[in-house]
Amino acid sequence: MSLSFVSDKSDPVLLRRQLVSRVFAKVCRFCTWGALAVLAILLACVGWNAVGWLDWQFLTSVHSADPEKAGLFAGIWGSFWMIQLTVLFCVPLGIGTAIYLEEYAPRNLLTGLIKINLANLAGVPSIVYGMLGLAVFARMFGMFSKDGGQPTLYEIPGIMQFELPFGRSVLTGSLTMTLLILPVVVIASQEALKAVPSSIRTASYALGASRWQTIRWQVLPAAVPGITTGVILAISRAIGETAPLVMIGSLTTIFYTPGDINSPADLIRHPGKLADVPFSKFTAMPIQIYNWIGQAKRDFSHVAAAGIVTLLFVLLAFNALAVWIRYRASKKIQW
Amino acid sequence: MTKSAGNPVSVSFRRQSNAREWKEKLIGFVLLCCALVSIATTVSIVIVLLNDSVFNFNAIGKDTDRPLEGLVTGTAGQLKLKGRGTKFLHDLGQLTQGDDERADGPALIHIDGVEYGVQTRESDTELTLDRPLENDVSGGTVMRVDLAQRAFFQQVSLKEFLTDREWTPQMPHRSQQKFGILPLLTNTLLVTGIAALIGVPIGLAAAIYLSEYAGPQERNIIKPILEVLAGIPTVVYGYFALMFITPWVLRPFFQDLLGFKVSFFNAASGGIVVGIMTIPMVASLSEDVLRAVPRSLREAAYALGATKFDVSMKVIVPAALSGILASFLLAIARAIGETMAVSLACGRTPNLTINPLDQIGTMTGYIVQVSQGDTPVGSLVYKSIFAIALTLFLITLTMNIISQWILKRYREAYQ
Repeated sequence: MSLSFVSDKSDPVLLRRQLVSRVFAKVCRFCTWGALAVLAILLACVGWNAVGWLDWQFLTSVHSADPEKAGLFAGIWGSFWMIQLTVLFCVPLGIGTAIYLEEYAPRNLLTGLIKINLANLAGVPSIVYGMLGLAVFARMFGMFSKDGGQPTLYEIPGIMQFELPFGRSVLTGSLTMTLLILPVVVIASQEALKAVPSSIRTASYALGASRWQTIRWQVLPAAVPGITTGVILAISRAIGETAPLVMIGSLTTIFYTPGDINSPADLIRHPGKLADVPFSKFTAMPIQIYNWIGQAKRDFSHVAAAGIVTLLFVLLAFNALAVWIRYRASKKIQW
Repeated sequence: MTKSAGNPVSVSFRRQSNAREWKEKLIGFVLLCCALVSIATTVSIVIVLLNDSVFNFNAIGKDTDRPLEGLVTGTAGQLKLKGRGTKFLHDLGQLTQGDDERADGPALIHIDGVEYGVQTRESDTELTLDRPLENDVSGGTVMRVDLAQRAFFQQVSLKEFLTDREWTPQMPHRSQQKFGILPLLTNTLLVTGIAALIGVPIGLAAAIYLSEYAGPQERNIIKPILEVLAGIPTVVYGYFALMFITPWVLRPFFQDLLGFKVSFFNAASGGIVVGIMTIPMVASLSEDVLRAVPRSLREAAYALGATKFDVSMKVIVPAALSGILASFLLAIARAIGETMAVSLACGRTPNLTINPLDQIGTMTGYIVQVSQGDTPVGSLVYKSIFAIALTLFLITLTMNIISQWILKRYREAYQ
């Protein structure tokens, strides 16, 4: 029996199939690298427009009607404080939910409901979260407003004063962002907890540890890199998210920083100002950029580009941090 | 306890374990509360969206939700009320809806079902409206007057909302205002369609390339870059559409070469950037399911003489089809709910068109437009954004549920 069929180069059907295969590979390769090329074009476009506009003056001045004088200072501090508070709320809530679902939850209707609910929440458009934040945190359904929609002032004697509802404050922004990124944090933390092998848990139980001791001292430390990566990626989403902030109405024309803290030295000199931060009005980086894009003056497109470069720089730094943590963890922990 | 009184060791042990049990229970309870926050979020979303669109929670238990009959006299915007109206107008004085920045907007009342702003309130029985009454009131007519507490769907019928072909809330008179969601919906689907045309095939091709063709080194380069692409804020994509796609891609090709008119704001630029945005999502979700297809299937196909194309398109993709379809649906749901890029790039004039080079207005774009403008909170126009958001929420929720159902129902389980 001859074996010539293997190298039958003249068979037209075979030739055509091989051609199709080769073309298909080229197309797939082109699509993939094409998508990456778009990223390069995007960065080049933004970078080109930002040249000459992204300078020290831009980073240290607030919004102005004159594009030459406009800057991102209030936006940077606004984003900074909003993200600080978001982390403060989101991390315990997200990890707590993940631990409950992975380690505690009995197999019942409620658990199933929570899981389905989380998957659906992850797909809710961000603008809907904005409307949620507006109604629940900024207005509180009008429950605490006195006549004429004015907020009510409450006071914890000697410590601080605060208003209910929260209005357009940093606190409203961060609570809204917390709800927005909570599903992402929970799902990432769940994945990280799942990746911890059950033998670790069994061994811990065998040594007499309780369930919480096992989680606290064995499971959580092993899952920390995964959780951290997920949290960082979620936070970087919160930094760039614009639609919810537009809905809760963070203003674009804010000429001061939250709590009037203009530098780290300011914070050390007057630590009392920290209490004002959550309740002061604010603007954030993406909101400023959105506002500048919509401005009529041509030069504002350059100001917007400078803002975008700043924003992308922060996001890339966060992404790099996440990649680095993942890389270190993959080297360190081997089950 | 009496039994073990003689044995202190066992007593202390039991006590300790009791305390430990309580601590465990407490921790479990706290964690359960954390998990319930997500349920609470969903419930609040539903309440917020239903409020002002289907019915008005704020009006419950307040005297002001009852329609009041007033004797309306006077000309133009002058309104005089007698009888039961007195108490009503007193209430009106208390009522300036909304938060501090919007408080200068007028309070709103309904007269015979038509919305008016109240400019000044002369006394407890007299007020001036922001525009003349639509109906003739020269003789002094009895009209139904109530505070603007009625929800959107109590003023606009569901039939009008779903079937009217015009969306013209900017008109001053209620009789000229049209609230048909069809233009907004068509425009949203137009953008989504363009986005799907770009995002779905390129995303799938990238997924196949990453899973079947690329070596480990190439993948280590591509995957982080795709992640960066996925992490770029949508407002940046909006800028990209305005500054690059329209002037440097669409205008030279469609306008200068083919002679079509390309508006500064157009559906195509928005659709293209939303498509680019969804590429990484489709690529990474699909790649995960493609890689989950076991090696043995690939090897069996190769052994039968299949080319690499046959293996990918006729074996691997069909085997992973449920996951791929789910990723498409998720990407499309995201494209529908996408806000900033679309509101920046597509313009703000909803019209019933399928011309991608024309300016349009999507559902999300309209919500942003109203929330940024000086529309008084509580007016019919303001309430309309809740009706739209509710529609948006229902559409994306349906798509998410279908995608989860597909994943569950058609999952091919391999060991």
